[in-house]
Amino acid sequence: MGVKDKLEFPGQIHETPDGGFMVTQLDAVINWARSNSVWPLAFGTSCCAIEMMHTVNAKYDWSRFGFEVMRATPRQADLIIVSGTIVMKMAPVLKRLYDQMPEPKYVIAMGACTISGGPFFYNTYSVVKGIDHIIPVDVFVPGCPPRPEALLHSMIALQEKIKNDAYFRKQVDKK
Amino acid sequence: MTNEELKNNITQVFSAVTFDETGEFLNVIIPSEELLPFMKVLRSTKEFNFDYLFCLTCVDWKDHLMMVYFLNSKTHNHTIVVKAKITDTINPQIESVYDIWKTAELNEDEVFDLFGVKFLNHPNLRRIFLEEDWVGYPLRKNYVDEHMIEL
Ligand code: SF4
Repeated sequence: MGVKDKLEFPGQIHETPDGGFMVTQLDAVINWARSNSVWPLAFGTSCCAIEMMHTVNAKYDWSRFGFEVMRATPRQADLIIVSGTIVMKMAPVLKRLYDQMPEPKYVIAMGACTISGGPFFYNTYSVVKGIDHIIPVDVFVPGCPPRPEALLHSMIALQEKIKNDAYFRKQVDKK
Repeated sequence: MTNEELKNNITQVFSAVTFDETGEFLNVIIPSEELLPFMKVLRSTKEFNFDYLFCLTCVDWKDHLMMVYFLNSKTHNHTIVVKAKITDTINPQIESVYDIWKTAELNEDEVFDLFGVKFLNHPNLRRIFLEEDWVGYPLRKNYVDEHMIEL
């Protein structure tokens, strides 16, 4: 059902005897391609990361939705799922990883810890109280930890966001 | 040795100890000045032969600190918990057990880092988790800093 719909090409295909042509918008086709091939960074800091690994593997298998390969280097990734507690000592590392990712890049904050410090909000000397103090966040997923379904939902929400982006038009407008 | 035998043998060697048998292991509470000689006896006496320090930590009880050492013997397969009370919370210090068990080096670094206990005769006492310039000892009950939101 839904999965197949999302893969449908955004535009019209006109068949002619010797081939055919298609009519579309550049932004639509770029976003279509981009949203169906998001490469997440292999990054996890605590218990939420276990749930994220679970989402990668066969039972939930996020490749079905176009999040095919996890990259071990930020230079090849365009999505960072911050799954787990970020402590003060980790914060500069997270910022650097984010800075190293090529544009356009997206951030999912997975779990209570990344949203607000969650279970470590009170009386802690070490935990950052929400990663939005460090990097901009596209989608927040509540839960401790969120179930794999919730993470998948957030990723599909991110795809919607990417599809509604006007990246190409913005580049033209800048000139 | 069973807890009962351990207890009897220890009282023969050291009289200044008290025992607490509520837990699984035999707890020996010893004045902090006596710690080092007592530990040496536990390590070197054949019948005790506590050759493995498997946990070293500290507890903050607000009016005093309690050092806790978990010892095990690989040859006799018996376990004991040694506790030493440090009454001076402003400038707490105690002898290092590094000379007896090498593994104590990093454990004591950690206790120094988070509780601020100074270990005398420790080879390299330093902060191992927090930055060098960190102010205070975060696992102490009275610790506060500007990031902290108190409940
Ligand atoms: S939100 Fe809960 S499950 Fe996730 S990293 Fe924090 S404590 Fe662990």
